[in-house]
Amino acid sequence: MTLVSLAQATYLLAAVLFVLSLAGLSKQESARRGNVLGMVGMVLALAATIALALRESVRPALVTAVLIALVLAIGAVIGTWRARRVEMTQMPELIAMLHSFVGAAAVLVGYNSYLTEEPDAVHLVEVFLGVLIGAVTLTGSVVAYLKLSGRTSSAPLKLPGRNLLNLAALVVSAGLMVWFIVSPSLVPLVAMTVIALALGWHLVASIGGGDMPVVVSMLNSYSGWAAAAAGFMLSNDLLIVTGALVGASGAILSYIMCRAMNRSFVSVILGGFGTEEGTVVAGGPVGEHRELQAADVAALLRDARSVVITPGYGMAVAKAQYPVADLVRRLRERGVKVRFGVHPVAGRLPGHMNVLLAEAKVPYDIVLEMDEINDDFEDTDVVLVIGANDTVNPAALDDPASPIAGMPVLEVWHARDVIVFKRSMATGYAGVQNPLFFRDNTAMLFGDAKDQTDKILAAL
Amino acid sequence: MTSIGIPQEADVGQRLVAATPRTVAQLVALGYDVLVESGAGERATFADAAYVDAGAQIVDAARAWGADVVTAVDAPTDAQVALLTRGAMLVALLAPAAKPERVATLAAAGVTALALDAVPRISRAQALDVLSSMSNVAGYRAVIEAADEYGGMFSGQVTAAGKTPPAKVFVIGAGVAGLAAIGTADSLGAQVRAFDVRPEVGEQIESMGAQFVREPLAQQEISADGYAKPLTEAQEAAALDVYAREAAEADIVVTTALVRGFAPTTITAEMVAAMRPGSVIVDLAAPGGGNCELTVPGERVVSPNGVVVLGWTDLAGRMPQHTSQLFGTNVVHLMQLLTPGKDGVLVLDLEDPVQRGMTVASGDEVMWPPPAVAVSAAPAGPAGPSEEELATARAAAAQAAALRKQRRTIGFALAAVLLTLGISFAPTAFLGHFTVFVLAVFVGYYVISNVSHSLHTPLMAQTNAISGIILVGALLQIGSDDLVVTILACVAAAVASINIFGGFLVANRMIRMFRRDA
Repeated sequence: MTLVSLAQATYLLAAVLFVLSLAGLSKQESARRGNVLGMVGMVLALAATIALALRESVRPALVTAVLIALVLAIGAVIGTWRARRVEMTQMPELIAMLHSFVGAAAVLVGYNSYLTEEPDAVHLVEVFLGVLIGAVTLTGSVVAYLKLSGRTSSAPLKLPGRNLLNLAALVVSAGLMVWFIVSPSLVPLVAMTVIALALGWHLVASIGGGDMPVVVSMLNSYSGWAAAAAGFMLSNDLLIVTGALVGASGAILSYIMCRAMNRSFVSVILGGFGTEEGTVVAGGPVGEHRELQAADVAALLRDARSVVITPGYGMAVAKAQYPVADLVRRLRERGVKVRFGVHPVAGRLPGHMNVLLAEAKVPYDIVLEMDEINDDFEDTDVVLVIGANDTVNPAALDDPASPIAGMPVLEVWHARDVIVFKRSMATGYAGVQNPLFFRDNTAMLFGDAKDQTDKILAAL
Repeated sequence: MTSIGIPQEADVGQRLVAATPRTVAQLVALGYDVLVESGAGERATFADAAYVDAGAQIVDAARAWGADVVTAVDAPTDAQVALLTRGAMLVALLAPAAKPERVATLAAAGVTALALDAVPRISRAQALDVLSSMSNVAGYRAVIEAADEYGGMFSGQVTAAGKTPPAKVFVIGAGVAGLAAIGTADSLGAQVRAFDVRPEVGEQIESMGAQFVREPLAQQEISADGYAKPLTEAQEAAALDVYAREAAEADIVVTTALVRGFAPTTITAEMVAAMRPGSVIVDLAAPGGGNCELTVPGERVVSPNGVVVLGWTDLAGRMPQHTSQLFGTNVVHLMQLLTPGKDGVLVLDLEDPVQRGMTVASGDEVMWPPPAVAVSAAPAGPAGPSEEELATARAAAAQAAALRKQRRTIGFALAAVLLTLGISFAPTAFLGHFTVFVLAVFVGYYVISNVSHSLHTPLMAQTNAISGIILVGALLQIGSDDLVVTILACVAAAVASINIFGGFLVANRMIRMFRRDA
């Protein structure tokens, strides 16, 4: 038994633990165990790696050890600080930022691998692809971070011929790869890195804010592939397995998001909603809406037997999850059956609403998915639509000409009364007028969702 | 200043009044002088003093009828018409279709007459639809009357003294009154079944808590204007079968079938004979002659086999306080429509389909019937593509899907062949890694597919953390003798470890927030 074979065995164990960790996340009951298993796997993998690194260190082992301790300490301090401080509403930004770190690490590891190892064709291809994916992930995630944190406008950038630009970037990169394999040097590698960085920036810049759930999960996937590519160039199976797991995970999430918007993955990746087809129908109000005051809503809720709340990104923006959770508690104490209906693309991250509600201590078993609750709206007395718009738009089902036609939506209009919390009559992200607002059983409650919920609580 | 007169109803049996103190205040706010005849609200338990408090003046009959606008519940008697001034406006239930001669008299008197029972059935006009308001109340009261007559409890009981079954209520017609009856009976704990010839109201019936009796033979196609149509002979026979079957089972039958003012027979004498003694039939269509053959409008009848048939025509009037309030609010909504400036200046816009539809007499002319209004009750109809077009489109889509599928299969096969060829040229070491990679992708696919949607955000944080495993690569490079490599490796290791710590901790923080309902 050598140290290398021991390390390999540990890596295998770590890989298994990672798989079990992700499997554990399938249910709330086992999620904590999954989280811990992942940590254990990581500790094992790192311990084995550090042992290997110390033994193979060309420098004095002590120097290497100090360096390793230093970088881990930096990572631990910053990582812990971010993880503790972040607000749940800012989770999308944090996740996007973390993706960019994986991308950056992949680029750097790729360069190092090129600098330290013997150039043979297969290895060069691996390095090249690893750096490419890493660079795209890096800038893409940075742009996603900037958009999500509101530091840049979330509107899609519309460069003329942007699909051609992307294609050109890929073609040029392919050319550079041939050059790189034939005569290995830093020039084609650096040139490609610059192009890939620009490509990543442009890809995400041309996607609008509402498609961010897809973008973030796509970048999640890329960061996995980048890790897998690094595994290939370092001939490290643990990296390959982990990268593949993460890559597959992100890809599935992206697919789920796209299906929930009834759009093809390609059309999301290639740019903003309807910007190309010009199908956005802004359209003025198409009818008269009814307005209620918080006190009226409180009266409705008091007499209701069954209430469903459908939150959207607006709830996160207004940070209304706490008063909403209070409202739910109060109603449940009165014996009202309260549930949440969450659309898969509500929020800016897959599962974002669930996390916000969990943060406000809403029990997860009353937070249901779209398919679980859609049939129940008929028996529901009052639906509160808080900061959601396109995800409750009946036009998606009724109007084949609508840009969001065919998108599965929460069919809230079957309920007896629908109350829509909204700042104004403006259209949602898709720029589509929402006929829900003009239905006879719909009433609008204008204003900040948090203030209004507080007022309802006071009136109860 | 424009005045609104609220006279006392001529019929002593009419307990409603066209304005309550609350609605008077709203009328005053619109800029009108409100003249209430002394004692107008008495039968609805509103004292004159309450009207005065709300800003009205108490006047005699002549002054109330002599106002610029007169709002009443029932149509005026001839003596009252004589009190109206030429050019005045009258707002009341005028039944223009049934009583054309009344409309003619009003037109001859130079009165602008608005029939509250002729409000077009469009969404916008719902706020002034008196018939809806009154039907709603009548439906509620019908169940209360039935409960009063019925010798049992509506809700089933399980007591130490044994158990009683819940009352079985069958409601015919799911208009406003029918739906209100369903809701009331359901809230009293009865088992409610309901039938309507319009299949599209099934959803509404079920939403009120009743079971919708489906009988395709007896139900017509989706109606375009929201009203039921007369049935064909075959449909009628099938519908009667349903009524016979359901009535025999029921303890209470509430029948509300009115097709444009005409009451078809739903419950024949034979069906009544088949019902259990002590059962109750409430006939909401009694004002139109009644749905039940035994109904005598305004009377309580007991059939030879002991079934009680209630033909009350004043159900809404039996709850005068709330009904007057609803009626008065409808009148206020009408006045709001007629007073766009909120300044007490009356503006009748005959271009507006709602106002035109209600106006039965104006400028000495009879205006009834109004031109047809495009009704928006049911969006279905000619706008949608026909069944045939849909079928063609569906077939085309299926064909395209099949073609796509075929192409995809070919594409996959091609890719597999190419990949296999490519891999077979690759070095053995790569092959091993590649095998691991492909298998791991599949493992990932199946593992992640099971993850609950609500945990997707923690999942992303967790995958983020484990993709920090790239740290392994960076750590191994730190020991290199090349300074550049070491520096790059250190940076890579630092950011990757931020990922690991940050990712795991934040995932942990989120997962711990998820809690079950205790």
